[in-house]
Amino acid sequence: MSDATHGITPDLSTSTGGIKSPNPFWLASAPPANSGAQIQRAFEAGWGGAVWKTLGAPIQNVSSRFGGHTIRGVHGAGFTNIELITDRPLEVNLREIAETKRLFPKNPIIVSLMVETEAEWREIIKKSIDAGADGLELNFGCPHGMCERGMGSAVGQEPKINERITSWAVKYSTVPVLVKLTPNVSDIVPHGLAAKRGGAHGVSLINTIKSIISVDIDRFVPEPRVGNLSSNGGYCGSAVKPIALHMVAALAREKDFGLPISGIGGVSNWRDAVEFILLGSSTVQVCTEVMLRGYGVVEDLIDGLEEYMRTHGFRTIPEMVGKAVPPFQEWGDLDLNYETVARIDTDKCIGCQLCVAACHDGAHQCIHPQEHTRVPRIDESECVGCNLCQIVCPVPGCITMEEVDNGFTPATWNQFVNDGIKLRPKKGAH
Amino acid sequence: MPPALTPNRSETAFEDFKLPLLRDAAVAEANRCLFCHDAPCIKACPTAIDIPQFIRKIATDNVRGSAKTIFESNILGMSCARVCPVEVLCVGACVYNELEQPPIEIGKLQRYATDRAYEAGWTFFEAGKPTGKRVALIGAGPASLAAAHELRRFGHACTIFEKRATIGGLNAFGVAPYKMRADRAMTEVEWVLSIGGIEVKTGVGVGSGTATGANDVSLESLEREFDAVFVGVGLGADSTLGVPGEQLAGVHGAVAWIEAMKLGAIDTKSIRRAAVIGGGNTAIDVVREVAGLGIPHVEMIYRGTREGMSGYAHEWTAALAEGAHAEWRAVATAIEGDAGRVERVRCVRVDDNKRPIAGSEFVVEADLVLLAIGQSKLGAMLASLGGITVESGRIRTDANGFTGRAKWYAGGDCRNGGKEVVNAAAEGKRAAQAIDAAISPKGRAHV
Repeated sequence: MSDATHGITPDLSTSTGGIKSPNPFWLASAPPANSGAQIQRAFEAGWGGAVWKTLGAPIQNVSSRFGGHTIRGVHGAGFTNIELITDRPLEVNLREIAETKRLFPKNPIIVSLMVETEAEWREIIKKSIDAGADGLELNFGCPHGMCERGMGSAVGQEPKINERITSWAVKYSTVPVLVKLTPNVSDIVPHGLAAKRGGAHGVSLINTIKSIISVDIDRFVPEPRVGNLSSNGGYCGSAVKPIALHMVAALAREKDFGLPISGIGGVSNWRDAVEFILLGSSTVQVCTEVMLRGYGVVEDLIDGLEEYMRTHGFRTIPEMVGKAVPPFQEWGDLDLNYETVARIDTDKCIGCQLCVAACHDGAHQCIHPQEHTRVPRIDESECVGCNLCQIVCPVPGCITMEEVDNGFTPATWNQFVNDGIKLRPKKGAH
Repeated sequence: MPPALTPNRSETAFEDFKLPLLRDAAVAEANRCLFCHDAPCIKACPTAIDIPQFIRKIATDNVRGSAKTIFESNILGMSCARVCPVEVLCVGACVYNELEQPPIEIGKLQRYATDRAYEAGWTFFEAGKPTGKRVALIGAGPASLAAAHELRRFGHACTIFEKRATIGGLNAFGVAPYKMRADRAMTEVEWVLSIGGIEVKTGVGVGSGTATGANDVSLESLEREFDAVFVGVGLGADSTLGVPGEQLAGVHGAVAWIEAMKLGAIDTKSIRRAAVIGGGNTAIDVVREVAGLGIPHVEMIYRGTREGMSGYAHEWTAALAEGAHAEWRAVATAIEGDAGRVERVRCVRVDDNKRPIAGSEFVVEADLVLLAIGQSKLGAMLASLGGITVESGRIRTDANGFTGRAKWYAGGDCRNGGKEVVNAAAEGKRAAQAIDAAISPKGRAHV
């Protein structure tokens, strides 16, 4: 890489729905954005913006509230909560919004809101904007507690109600309005379109997913446990990223949609953030990783993203946004004649043979142990190019998926069905 | 049961060199295991414990299942977790070594699971339905204990003959106390015997023809009275150098000295300098034991080089850290002292062919000299039985411990010439399976 390329300092500033931010990293509406003191510390640490924890109807919280999903000793790979919106007095929140705006005028504060009636929406929108909100986020996503009272995901799951309440908010707001969508729907697109019809300036997604994080197998009670009962929580954290990416991309590629997106769901590091941006997010929101590790994670988010942009020659965030959306297509348009096979770098292989077990038990039985060496052999005539061996291999770069020139011209299932185009012979199908 | 150990044992001065893992550390370590397919660690274990499987069970808090996996392959898994040279066995084979990352601490994880099993009093095995067959086992060390336990699972009655008052063999009186103390070995013996149906006769020697001791039994009578005989004796007396002065007070065979230190109290207060002659693992063990008992200076005198010694490199590294010294390429030519007590060892350097180099003589001052140059082998005890081959003192058998003479099997040090506890456990178990195949009614389905 030339020094000249390295000399460019990427511009991280961005905006979603007209809400300008010095960088794409916002605290999501959640416990890390619960108070002025917290958000001020976050801004000092480098966070670009913050979505204030939802203001709205009066609530009372339970204990306990959170649960974590653990796999192979990694705690919090997934996370759940049954906490509701803010439980602090509205006046206190508004005062702290104003104070934080005064101290950090360049960092956008988006105020998340959740109330019921049009009059309540009008009132709370006015108060929020008076306090200095740079934007509003309508919480149509919370899948626990509030939805039982007809708010949160109960709104997000009904496009007509979503549209109506969005139109109220847009009518009463003088700042941009984002609609936060729930993933607890079979197809996200109609819900994004409803927000658009209601006049939203952008959407943010995903909110949390209905979940039971675990069960106390000694007490026979799901977790998090409140006395001897539990309730479904909202699932989030790293484990939900793939679901979130899909929903973001599904809206980003929808030609009738076209609204800016603030991406949310399992962003833990700069790579995750880049993925959300490439699939159409102009900002990303983070909660769980901050809950698990604190505001300091933003430093890696910022300089990791900067270095990525330098490496790939991006000068601005908008140049990146949606860059990976066009290749996201229907399965029927994938090239069935494209062929890869696994290759093992014998110098890197440590002989654990995880690939042997995985291929034999979980794939197509084409990786075989050999005499006199722990390095397995791949029968390329049987390898279907599924990637499983590469995924289980503990050594970076040891197993690679190599493209094979099989002489066939590209052909999709749709072309095969419609035009009878020639497909290569199946592998591993016997 | 044999008499209990005296609490007044010099070995109680030692703490564990390798600290046990507490639960959280064990789970964290277990979670690092890759669960290799056809794992190299299993292949490196003489008893072929399914190591990835028992480690996975620790990771999920299925400790009882973990211990069962271990004991299924090696009933002496608790002591082996402590005394195995894992650095050159399972841990040495861990694929993490290839990744230049710390290998999994398999020994410590095995100790975690097996100690939990002992603490909880979990039992995993029951004696099989009585077959009416009887097996004699000579020697009450790891080989015979492992064989007897396996034979009991098949339902055969077992009688162990042990010439000492103490059972447990080398695990009780020979293992370095910073790895395992004798009381722990005794606990294991009781645990193994708890399967029931194993009679232990201590103070009974087994000999050829006319036995010498009052209670001794002859090989011939064992052959007559039992359906099979397993020879699980260890090694014999410490070898001597054949140099002047070996009879002086303060000169001991290392194995005998270790036994005295482990099973009783020895007085080391007046000893300032110890010399250990040899370069094998017994030599290094005794060097570390001498240092651990607070003897200010310990010198190992070895005829070869550090690189060439048969003692494990990791053990010598530990000995150095404990303050040991060594004279390499040196042999003792005489042991000297006035008033019948050792004061010094005369030495000379040797060349690559172990020939003395003229003019290289030197003296190592020592008021304790321990000879760790090997032990006699006891295979000759069987020499009178036709059809059994004894080579260099070792009893020759097939891979399953069968000697070639009907009814006679062997395993452990008398067969392999002196290896690890885990080898003895493996050979004992294999021989038990061969014995069962030979004495059980035909067509029996084996476990």
